[in-house]
Amino acid sequence: MKFWRKPLDLDQVHIPRGEVHIIVERCKGCGFCAEYCPKGVLEMSNDFNAKGYHPPYVKVQQECVNCDLCERICPEFAIFCIAVNGD
Amino acid sequence: MKADPKGVLTGEHYLDGDYACAEGAMAAGCRFVAGYPITPSTEVVERMALRFPFMGGVFIQMEDEMASMNAILGGAWGGKKTMTVTSGPGFSLMMENLGLGVMMEVPCVLVNVQRGGPSTGLPTMVGQADMMQARWGSHGDYEIIALSPASPQEAFEYTIEAFNLSETYRVPVLLMMDECVGHMTEKVVIPTADKIDLVPRKLTKLPPEKYLPYKTDSSMVPEMIVAGEGYKIHTTGLTHDERGYPVMTPECQEKLVRRLVDKIRKNAEKIIHIEETQIQGADVVVMAYGITSRVAQPAIDRARKEGMKVGQIKLITVWPFPEKRVAELSKKIKAWVVPEINYGQVSLEVERCAGGKARTILVPHGGGWVHDPDNIYKAIKEAVK
Amino acid sequence: MEQIVHEEHPMESYLRMDRIPHIWCPTCGIGTTVSCFISALKKYEQRSLEKVAIVSGIGCTGRVAGYVKLDSFHTTHGRAIPFATGLKLANPDLKVIVFSGDGDLISIGGNHFIHAARRNMDITVICINNFIYAMTGGQVAPTTPLTALASTSPHGNFEQPFSLPQLAASCGAVYVARWTALHIRRMTNAFLEALNKRGFSFVEIITPCSTLYGRRNRLGTGLDLMKFYYDNSEIQHGADIRSLDIEFQKKIIIGKFIDRERPTFIDSMNTHLKGKYGDKYEWYGEKIPEVPVKAAG
Repeated sequence: MKFWRKPLDLDQVHIPRGEVHIIVERCKGCGFCAEYCPKGVLEMSNDFNAKGYHPPYVKVQQECVNCDLCERICPEFAIFCIAVNGD
Repeated sequence: MKADPKGVLTGEHYLDGDYACAEGAMAAGCRFVAGYPITPSTEVVERMALRFPFMGGVFIQMEDEMASMNAILGGAWGGKKTMTVTSGPGFSLMMENLGLGVMMEVPCVLVNVQRGGPSTGLPTMVGQADMMQARWGSHGDYEIIALSPASPQEAFEYTIEAFNLSETYRVPVLLMMDECVGHMTEKVVIPTADKIDLVPRKLTKLPPEKYLPYKTDSSMVPEMIVAGEGYKIHTTGLTHDERGYPVMTPECQEKLVRRLVDKIRKNAEKIIHIEETQIQGADVVVMAYGITSRVAQPAIDRARKEGMKVGQIKLITVWPFPEKRVAELSKKIKAWVVPEINYGQVSLEVERCAGGKARTILVPHGGGWVHDPDNIYKAIKEAVK
Repeated sequence: MEQIVHEEHPMESYLRMDRIPHIWCPTCGIGTTVSCFISALKKYEQRSLEKVAIVSGIGCTGRVAGYVKLDSFHTTHGRAIPFATGLKLANPDLKVIVFSGDGDLISIGGNHFIHAARRNMDITVICINNFIYAMTGGQVAPTTPLTALASTSPHGNFEQPFSLPQLAASCGAVYVARWTALHIRRMTNAFLEALNKRGFSFVEIITPCSTLYGRRNRLGTGLDLMKFYYDNSEIQHGADIRSLDIEFQKKIIIGKFIDRERPTFIDSMNTHLKGKYGDKYEWYGEKIPEVPVKAAG
């Protein structure tokens, strides 16, 4: 993570990391998750799921901070994050 | 199961029909009433508002009749025996949600103290012109049970019977009183609580994983639950399957609606309650219900004294209608005389079931007062010819 | 591209998975609202989930009851609130939530809405406002902004719409808030506060409707409407309740507007009758609240 100056408590604060799981077949391609992910982890793909929608894909996995925004904003219950590194 | 003594006003009382109906409901275990005031039914809820706080009951005056009907459906799902009370104009308003009660299979009682109609009509005077509306008022195919008391004592007893029927068949039951019976004061004998038999709600004993809200055995009546016990059921006014989920296909419609209708139709013989007098060898049978069954008595007695062979059938359950009995008797008698305070409603049913084998003579009355027994006597005399 | 194996979504235990995928359109905001509602339910601790019941009316939002795994009731149009009233009064231990749409709750259900608020019935009402009657093809609603197009106002709506927070507040609601489908975390908090609040709590959620409101008014997809909310919604907690009208494609003021205390219907009934009859009257329902409530009258 890039900082413009190094925070004094950088060694004490632990930035959570998450892993995004996408349930591709449920997605209806609305784009909310990709648009509002604060870390730019997701992007809408050009692939199709079985219903003909373009689901998102994880573009930058290591940026995910497990904030759960995509999980909550998705209207289809088609995406969620789980914590990694024992968070 | 026996009545809860807290709700039973044992003793001999001088009560009007509306009060007797309220006492019947309290004796039957009703503990939630939502109503909207409308003459001539208001006294029922007034009495319940007065007495309910001392037996753990809740009365709420809702903002309109539609709210009242829905509140009692919700209350039934909450586990209580519920009732609402209205008259003609309110009855019309409640029709849509009566259908919801039928579709969701909710046990509850709807009392209609009939008055002169149509529209605002004669608010403080008698009518019996909602009888067909009781059967066909809501949209769609369904069957309903409707009872008609003819005295305050009967109002007490048949309110209890209405609750028992609603629990047995999981259907809203209508109590079709009329203003005359509602506002007539007579002796009402209320027995001790242990002499009152009640039908308890058929609650399931299955665990939540195995329970399906609308799965039935041969009785065609599913077991119910109380909200908040962990069953997490779903129920809807849309056509639904056994899980309670909406399934909008013709097959599901056929299966569900047929069962809703058959559950009453196939059990009609157990539900139908009529009183027959001197039917054997009769030439003419007078069929009446509510206050008219009492008004017809002097006419019948006079006719019998003059040697005419007159039988009488008093309908206590008006719906389901005793079709088989009417068809059967029509082969043996000359005519039916049907006095009613309307311009021909139950008489149409009689005529239909008679199938042309006996005449049906209607003795109508527009409403506002009861019949002159003379007119009924004249009709009987005409029928005997 | 990474292909992730399907695991169970964290909200699946709160959903009737045999009915997912739901019927709502792509980019509809109702799914987002339900998702936040479930997040709030996860944090709700006052009662176990067994004691939570949800009642819906008719319409797109009315279908919510069918997807949430609680004792759920899908009633007739506009009558969710009286049904919920009956449920709560017959069984005061329940937490009853009404989750319905703007047309259902405010038009045909308007009378029930104002009286339940007046009585301070202990229910939580979540109103999804998409400014239109979506399920039936996009007819004008009492919340449709002036000049907007709908199928029954094809020349533009010329009727002044309701301001729902103003309506709820003036009728006596104890908790009134408005958020949009974009404000997922604040919406979740609002739901939790509303659930924990005793009395008639009302949360209005402005949601995108792409297929009817959006399409008829050439506003794009739900995502375009979400971007509109991003650019045009302004948080003003405690704003003057008279200033919350929504004009067509103009600023939307959101936030928590009312958070006050009033005795509920059951509280008032109990306090009044107990005060009058003493031991002859048995307290109904939940035990006496620890915060003393001012008796009615």
